[in-house]
Amino acid sequence: MKRRTMSATAADGQIIEARGLAKRYGEVQALAGLDLTVPQGTVLALLGPNGAGKTTAVSVLTTLLVPDAGTATIAGADVIDAPEDVRRRIGLSGQYAAVDETLTGFENLDMIGRLYHLGRSRSAVRARELLERFSLTEAADRPVNTYSGGMRRRLDLAGALVAEPPVLFLDEPTTGLDPRSRNELWDVIRDLVGRGTTLLLTTQYMEEADQLADDIVVIDHGREIAHGTADQLKAMIGGDRIELVLHPDSDVNVAQRIMARFSVGSVYAEGGNMTVPITGGADTFTAALRALDGAGIRLTDVSLRRPTLDDVFLTLTGHGVDRGTSDRAGAELEDVAA
Amino acid sequence: MMQRLAFAVSDGAAIARRNVIKIRRVPEILVSVLISPILIVLLFSYVFGSAIDIPGSSYREFLISGVFAMTLTFGATFTGAGLADDMQKGIIDRFRSLPMSRSAVVFGRTASDVIYNVLSLVIMAATGFLMGWRFHNGPAEAILGFALLLLFGYALSWIMAYIGLIVPSVEVINNASMMVIFPMTFVANTFVPSDNLVTPLRIFAEWNPVSAVTQAARELFGNIPAGTPDPTVWSLANPVLYTLLWVVIIIAVFAPLAVRRYARANRKA
Repeated sequence: MKRRTMSATAADGQIIEARGLAKRYGEVQALAGLDLTVPQGTVLALLGPNGAGKTTAVSVLTTLLVPDAGTATIAGADVIDAPEDVRRRIGLSGQYAAVDETLTGFENLDMIGRLYHLGRSRSAVRARELLERFSLTEAADRPVNTYSGGMRRRLDLAGALVAEPPVLFLDEPTTGLDPRSRNELWDVIRDLVGRGTTLLLTTQYMEEADQLADDIVVIDHGREIAHGTADQLKAMIGGDRIELVLHPDSDVNVAQRIMARFSVGSVYAEGGNMTVPITGGADTFTAALRALDGAGIRLTDVSLRRPTLDDVFLTLTGHGVDRGTSDRAGAELEDVAA
Repeated sequence: MMQRLAFAVSDGAAIARRNVIKIRRVPEILVSVLISPILIVLLFSYVFGSAIDIPGSSYREFLISGVFAMTLTFGATFTGAGLADDMQKGIIDRFRSLPMSRSAVVFGRTASDVIYNVLSLVIMAATGFLMGWRFHNGPAEAILGFALLLLFGYALSWIMAYIGLIVPSVEVINNASMMVIFPMTFVANTFVPSDNLVTPLRIFAEWNPVSAVTQAARELFGNIPAGTPDPTVWSLANPVLYTLLWVVIIIAVFAPLAVRRYARANRKA
């Protein structure tokens, strides 16, 4: 029922529409003129390192924060002038898993249902439904502080779905999760989107954006630095990466010339370490290794890996992810790619 | 409008319900809420009680209202710490993203925290009773005395609710509030009569609302030592009225402040 009113209000088909969002915290310009549009039933990923402004953008769109400048509407409702209407249409699940530790899973969802004014019995029924759907039935009546990280995230996500909102915001839904829990959560999110939910998600993981999003906006320092589908971005940044560590006896210049033949972008070399963007996966990898071997280049180490957020930034901005703010991102990205 | 009000009440009830579940489920908090009043009653009675001589009365009878007032003043920090904890954990962000009443979280919190105060009053009264404290003016006045104490504690919890939303760190709340609450509860008539204090301290003590609520409770319980001259200062001569005045002013100022702060609160702001 709600969904029908939504499509009526958003006449031009854009469910999320933001123009020129700006927000400053003291010295830090968290948002510096960000534009976003998300058509109905699609998924937009905001991709960027820690401190890029992702959470601030979500806070503005979910009415938690009033921007210094800019406008935004959610399904036709203005986030500044009609925050109450916006809140009725959205679900928010944050990176901090904002569920109450001492309450049980059921109590958490039941409370949220009551706060959405579903009424006592409807709230309880809805809570049980969601627990079932998120495979939390067995843990339903245990306090959340006995849950694993993945279970908490699922519960948090369930909390965002209590009122079946047509628009969903997920702020780094899988940050800090192990690969298995991450995959489970991805399946849940895909299922939601399959049912027609419009989704904006933020992530530090290139692969997550690739897996889930129709459209990706890469942001840094509060502004867009690239925008496109996963395929377009991949074409822009190249496919996989060969990482080489040359043996001290090998000639760096020769190796670099050989690798340039296989590379689809610039070869990044630092001493004997080289990063080479390629397409064609294992075939190109094997061919490149043969060519190096043929030229008598010896290697200490070599690997093939998926592009990371670091590679995206290196290609788009010429510098890597700012280590000062996001060393955690880098470390976690590596194990996703592995 | 009526529906808005109905939602505000039911939202507040949902929040209060959550807090009550938490009280039940974290017995450590409950234990500290209950043990420290017992300790204070015992320590003050037997340590100070052996040194301080209140003519015409037992010190324990004099002391107990002071301990009630002090414990409820300290109890207000629970409200601030609870809200700060919710801020830190992002739970306030979730509440703020829901189409619920803007006043429900703070109203629900201050309401459910009255439970702590009721429990600690019951425990302290029971401990006091075992040590010989009695109320001498009948049960009706005694109930009024307890009600006034609870009302005072409720008002103070609004101040702490506001502070809890400004300083979203449980540790800072606990440490900072000690610096205010210790002088408030000691520069007063809580443990010794304020008449003999040096003039600036005496004036502070006489107008300190903690003194007023203590004086009011003593009068209602009939614990004023026989032969004590009536207080000349207006605040202590009319302690019930003066306490109620404070209660009204505190709530009128801090409830709107806290609700407004909640509506704008953001972990990053």
